[in-house]
Amino acid sequence: MKSGSNLEKVLEAGHFAFTGELGPPRGANVEEVREKAEFLKGKVDAVNITDNQTAMVRMSSWAASIILVQEGLEPNFQMVCRDRNRLAMQADILGAAAHGIRNMLCLSGDHQKFGDHPQAKGVFDIDSMQLIAMVKKMRDEGQFLSGAELNEAPKLFIGAAANPFADPFEWRVHRLAKKIQAGVDFIQTQCIYNMDKFREWVKQANDMGLTEKVYILAGVTPMKSVGMAKYMKSKVPGMDVPDEVIQRLQGAEKGKVAEEGIKMACEQIEEFKEMKGVAGVHLMAIEWEHKVPEIAERAGVLPRPKV
Amino acid sequence: MIVAKRKPFEEIKDMIKDYKKVLNVGCGTCVAVCLAGGEKEVAVLNSELEMARKLDNNPIELGAKTIERQCDREYLEALDDMVKDYDAIISMACGVGIQFLAERYPEKPVFPGVDTTGMSVNQAVGWYEERCRSCGQCVLGVTGGICPVTMCAKGLYNGPCGGTNNGNCEISDEQPCAWFMIYERLEKQGRLDNILEFKPPVEWNDQVPRTLIQSGYKKPEEAA
Ligand code: SF4
Ligand code: SF4
Repeated sequence: MKSGSNLEKVLEAGHFAFTGELGPPRGANVEEVREKAEFLKGKVDAVNITDNQTAMVRMSSWAASIILVQEGLEPNFQMVCRDRNRLAMQADILGAAAHGIRNMLCLSGDHQKFGDHPQAKGVFDIDSMQLIAMVKKMRDEGQFLSGAELNEAPKLFIGAAANPFADPFEWRVHRLAKKIQAGVDFIQTQCIYNMDKFREWVKQANDMGLTEKVYILAGVTPMKSVGMAKYMKSKVPGMDVPDEVIQRLQGAEKGKVAEEGIKMACEQIEEFKEMKGVAGVHLMAIEWEHKVPEIAERAGVLPRPKV
Repeated sequence: MIVAKRKPFEEIKDMIKDYKKVLNVGCGTCVAVCLAGGEKEVAVLNSELEMARKLDNNPIELGAKTIERQCDREYLEALDDMVKDYDAIISMACGVGIQFLAERYPEKPVFPGVDTTGMSVNQAVGWYEERCRSCGQCVLGVTGGICPVTMCAKGLYNGPCGGTNNGNCEISDEQPCAWFMIYERLEKQGRLDNILEFKPPVEWNDQVPRTLIQSGYKKPEEAA
């Protein structure tokens, strides 16, 4: 065991993992975190806690992660490279581990231009690939990036993102290979809507033997409305929403669009369960935490394994 | 070359509001080529200032002098006899030139007339694009001659990120993704193996003021 996290144990035991997501509040509201967490209890193996998602300032990821630990849920602490230099990153990694956080997701982060402080200085001292390698070095070699000894290594299960849909498509599987080379343990993908492209990417990863070296969790976000689908298609960089998805939502009866979205998500999850090279699903039900129990139930991923 | 743009008029006017005799010094090299701080721009700024101060009932006497390069002692010397007649100096050179001028006349207040924006190429008259941030450890040899430090909005060394959008950067449809271009160029040259390897964190060496002495040279005794 690298970290002893629940997520690691579930995956190691060969179960199909199911993880959720929680966005910290735009303020110091602890109750909001607890309320959202309540919906996820017993329904997921770990919960991603976003880090100033879309470059909007929120309660820090590690702080909200600690609230989750107190609630008996397992957080997946996200860290972006945009907001911290290597000193702050290593300090927060140690602090997170000290508070019982056992999973970490290493991301570049959306550009600050998208957020509520567009003129902020983007740090990007190291990139997400280098962050993965730094956490691995801290964990496995017990050393800071500088090479100095650590007084107790942080035990963390190291995650990263992969976007099979951003171009150049041919490069994406090589980028996955690079993340494995850097030391990643698990991958969460961008929200998947273009299933053909995703199948192709996973096949490439299988052919290159990559899926034997890393656990891939397929990203699923149920569509709530036609508007959301159109917005994601045209406004979210690196998102691939085929027209069929929009048409299917448009074809749903009045008042039943969200239902259709959930149905589509469940169908996807069914396929992922059978797909060689996919080890689980990461469900990003953004501001829809209360729907997670229903989706988990209908997707047939309950009860969650006790490991 | 180094590219700059003229500061907003009100800002310049405000900086020199307490001075009656001001020398405006242009630079005949980079900032002249990029139409920001050469002889012509010095003359334009001076006439704007003169007019505005007259309207304010606070007339100003302005001098104008454009030298070949403000980042070079040899050319600065030409100002030595002039500056004593003025209360303050505006420099329309890049940030480097402005400082060298201020250093030579430490008793005189020196004010910047331009905002220095970077090292850029000249795409067409009046159109400049930044290409280098002088990181001090050039990686162009492995990135197909495209700078990830400058051209990638996140300065990634192991790009592209997940935001690449039809060949553009996630920040704008008008900004090509540096890593997409790097990929395309290396692919055409059959050199993709250049970027298959993980690139470890950079040891930033631009965090303190840098001094460069070319090999075979040394600081002269009196300056050391
Ligand atoms: S890598 Fe980029 S910033 Fe660094 S020296 Fe080369 S061109 Fe300039
Ligand atoms: S989209 Fe391309 S240029 Fe923009 S931040 Fe990502 S890798 Fe860099």
